Amino acid sequence: MKILSKFYIGIIFLLLYLPILVLIVFSFNEAGSLAHFSGFSLTWYKELFHDEEALSALRNSLFLAVFSSLIATVIGTFGALGLHRMKNRYLKQPILTATNIPMMNPDIVTGVSMMLLFVALASLLGSKSFFGFGTMLVAHTTFNIPYVLLSVMPRFKQLDPSLSEAAQDLGCTPARAFFKVELPQIVPGIISGLMMSFTLSLDDFVISHFVSSPNFQTLPLYIYNQTAHNVKFSMYALSALIVALILVILLIVNFAGSFGQRKKGEVKK
Amino acid sequence: MKGRTAFQKLAAVPHIVWTVMFIVAPMLFVLYFALTDADGRFSFANITSLSQYTNVFILSIAFALIATVICLLIGYPLAYYMAQQKGRTQKLLMVLLMLPMWCNLLIRTYALMTLLDNGGLLNSLLDSLGLGKITIVGTDFGVILGMIYDFLPYMVLPIFTAMTKLDKQYIEAAHDLGCSHLQTMTRVVIPLTLSGVVSGVTMVFVPSISTFYISQKLGAGKIDLVGDTIERLFQNPSTYNVGAVISLVMMILIIISVQVMNRFTDDEKRVMP
Repeated sequence: MKILSKFYIGIIFLLLYLPILVLIVFSFNEAGSLAHFSGFSLTWYKELFHDEEALSALRNSLFLAVFSSLIATVIGTFGALGLHRMKNRYLKQPILTATNIPMMNPDIVTGVSMMLLFVALASLLGSKSFFGFGTMLVAHTTFNIPYVLLSVMPRFKQLDPSLSEAAQDLGCTPARAFFKVELPQIVPGIISGLMMSFTLSLDDFVISHFVSSPNFQTLPLYIYNQTAHNVKFSMYALSALIVALILVILLIVNFAGSFGQRKKGEVKK
Repeated sequence: MKGRTAFQKLAAVPHIVWTVMFIVAPMLFVLYFALTDADGRFSFANITSLSQYTNVFILSIAFALIATVICLLIGYPLAYYMAQQKGRTQKLLMVLLMLPMWCNLLIRTYALMTLLDNGGLLNSLLDSLGLGKITIVGTDFGVILGMIYDFLPYMVLPIFTAMTKLDKQYIEAAHDLGCSHLQTMTRVVIPLTLSGVVSGVTMVFVPSISTFYISQKLGAGKIDLVGDTIERLFQNPSTYNVGAVISLVMMILIIISVQVMNRFTDDEKRVMP
């Protein structure tokens, strides 16, 4: 039974990783063939780093992810505070439901709905079209906000209200009580909301696909355009780099903590 | 206390304004476009034109259902076995499971397509072994395989989480009370991990039914799903209205299926609000 379970895990993970491993190996392939590995070479990596379009897409992606996640975190955190204290159930429940629409809907519907909003606004205002960085920023902020709320709201629920009251009795203004007493307790929720928003924004393709314009391309949109017709080997190199980067980050996040604990344990001994 | 309430009331205002402007209003625009023609006049023409797309809907639902069921059949035992592993091994397996989830879907789909393609590694290996080539890219099987490959981790992770929360003593108790392995599974393990199953099924079904990149790449453009149809209709302003109707129908379909799924679990463990 034990051997069987290990075997099963092994097979599934092998199948799950096979395409990714092949992709990484062939990103070093000299010949630019998908079927035969003719020799090790960094040609495709060189091509990638000289590809001005790819580099600008990377810059755009990072820029957009930083701004959309920051805006979403600010709006979402204050939103969570306001909603947490809101007494009126008939107002609160519809707002929460509406906030969760982008999480519930498939991305394509969210993307299409935002596109229609911008199309309608453009025709109302008489301008031709304003797809670009602005529409991307709005769309990314919008789909990030529910995730911020999701990670911050539970923190507010765990707060002890008497702490904030005590701060105000001791002379804090309500705003000051919030920043001094409550904010430090909800910071872990805010940080996880921020990180989640940042990665969701970097990763998003479907929603961006509907609200972007050719003058503002993010990395996923660039990959989509490059892979639309034929195989491009510099995309193999790019994908391999992304996979390697994510692996390193995941390993650090998951194992750095346990290394630290082991060190502490050794000190105790 | 007056200042306090004023501050708190104001805190949610930007969020409410944003939600109304960029979540509620876009949904209303979908409805508006669905009920008007290209000139903005009220019309039921889009709704009646839906009948042309019946086959596309049926095909998409069938593909998504097949992919979801296979993901469940593969993923449930995987989650079960992963939960049985100890400490470090389990953590490593979890990282390995999450890596593809963090990796862009385009990259994974593209990697799978180039592996299975006619001129890809798989076919050149089969060819050199004298087994001949098999065509996967461009077939129904290819598209379903793509869905399974891309979304399997989304099935495994919530079930795995539910498994790790399951108190191992329940399983021992079931055995002590005379349950066989099978009975322990059907009476204890499966009912107690049902919330994970419901999350997993939703997380596979929703992206499968709405995908267009998978069908573009692994269907080689030959297979038309709802996602492809919507994507194509939104390329051209004159077909926005029909596209809006199809999006609306898909949304309603998904809301209904999520509600049905939620019936299986109690309110506390709802997948989605």
